Amino acid sequence: MKRMLKIYLEKPELAALSLLAALVILFQIRSGGVFLSADNLRGILGILPEIGLMVIGVTVLMICGEFDLSVGSVFALMPMTMAVLLVDGTPFFPAFLAGLAACAAIGFINGYITIKYGIPSFITTLGMLFIARSLTIVISGGFPPLLPAELPNWLFTVFVGPGNLFRMSFLWFVVIAVLASLLMSRTNFGNWVHATGGFLPAAKAMGIPTARVKIACFMLCSMLAGFAGMIQVLRLGSPLPSIGEGWELQAVAAAVIGGTALSGGIGTVAGGVIGAILIRVIDNGLILSQVDANWFKFAIGFLTIFAVVANAWLGKRAKAIKVET
Amino acid sequence: MAQPIISVRNLHKWYSGVHALRGVTLDFAPNEAVGLVGDNGAGKSTLINILSGAQTASEGEISVEGQPVNIANPRDAMDLGIETIYQYNSMVPTMSIARNLFIGREPMKFSLLGLGVMDRKKMADESVKAIADVDLHLRSPDALVGELSGGQRQGVAIARAMHFKSKVMILDEPTNHLAVKETGKVIGFVRSLKELNITGIFISHNIHHVFDCCDRIVAMARGEIVLDKRTDDTSMDEILDVL
Repeated sequence: MKRMLKIYLEKPELAALSLLAALVILFQIRSGGVFLSADNLRGILGILPEIGLMVIGVTVLMICGEFDLSVGSVFALMPMTMAVLLVDGTPFFPAFLAGLAACAAIGFINGYITIKYGIPSFITTLGMLFIARSLTIVISGGFPPLLPAELPNWLFTVFVGPGNLFRMSFLWFVVIAVLASLLMSRTNFGNWVHATGGFLPAAKAMGIPTARVKIACFMLCSMLAGFAGMIQVLRLGSPLPSIGEGWELQAVAAAVIGGTALSGGIGTVAGGVIGAILIRVIDNGLILSQVDANWFKFAIGFLTIFAVVANAWLGKRAKAIKVET
Repeated sequence: MAQPIISVRNLHKWYSGVHALRGVTLDFAPNEAVGLVGDNGAGKSTLINILSGAQTASEGEISVEGQPVNIANPRDAMDLGIETIYQYNSMVPTMSIARNLFIGREPMKFSLLGLGVMDRKKMADESVKAIADVDLHLRSPDALVGELSGGQRQGVAIARAMHFKSKVMILDEPTNHLAVKETGKVIGFVRSLKELNITGIFISHNIHHVFDCCDRIVAMARGEIVLDKRTDDTSMDEILDVL
């Protein structure tokens, strides 16, 4: 029993999960039962994948010990690249692949420069935040291009499921979250990511190709952000060059709320997903509770700090439980 | 002497402007426990880093069991049967014992191009066995390495090296930061390598420790070997003299 308690207290996503449960109950009461209604859930689940997919990539990268501030810009660049190609008459799937390739290239550049020149990824990706945003506006020519009418929305944005509860994007999100979670917990690559972020000298001494592992994580992070951006654009029907602004910090907040450590090595994809859900729940719940929507950022900020403090406290409590290991 | 397990010929290493190794030539016999001593900057760490693949030599040859080899990275060294246990040990504190034991050499259920799904049951079972084999008593292979004491961590590192059937085990200052009792355990372990038919290279600047467990002592100073004698044929005074 004690042992179980210790194990659970040490789970970094525990604080976020308890918060989520508490907030759902609070919002359900405050909104007079509207919060968990099918219509409202449809609203939350419909846009959750957009931040959620970004958070998955950011979480994996943070576990690897690096950081990506450019995801918000890549979120806009991927669909813009695709839209420009579509307008030029390129069919959807080649344009889609070209967009993802652009993201992969950005992720590679982020990783390569960070490692090759030994500079903090904070700096590299801060630069890339501006570069990618600028490129998005430049290739759009200042006006968002008109998307062709024939797009495979059935694959990404149509409502499906029991009572049309969620969009196709939600299925993508669930599948990718499960795959990313398995990647981190069950594969040797996941083991290398944890080792690289947890203690770089040890990973190197054990012969892990740490540079390649990090670059792969940067690329995964950028591609997921770009994919998320494309889903939003297909949902909105127009590739606005300004989408995703500020999301990079929300994504980091979600990962941190979910128990991912900024220092690397600690965190889970599930935690990041919980963090992303929390952000969407707060956004929605505040409005339903008729709280001034401007409190949204306050809540995110407060939660970020609170979750980290709570995790540290829980960790300490867990250490204090005297069970032999 | 039988064919040396590792043979180093005329090894040089320059760091920008520093000639850290000045033509080191040295043989390690199979089954021998060699103590490598020297002051800071004497070149012993550089020599060890080259043998373990953490650095590459600027010049010189290395042979393992008579075959010339090229050790370009830690993986090459491990594949040759050279395992290294480092001072700031080679464990990731945020990972479990089982995962640490197999970093980079995970047993796989299936894999493609070197990536795939780990056999976690095998990892758990084998790590329990590996830890028991070095006389370390830990209840769970899922405990985080960060929760272990320094001595236990060195124990896990040693268990890892043993598990992968190394021929040569390099212990780089393994007794630093250890409690007295745990230090004794590590020294006992170096002594026991002989029975296991493993060559031990024990680096320390504590000469007492080296005398306690090594057959032969090699002293380095200013990038060169200044003394190389059987432990029985030398004394602590002589070694302190040459350093």
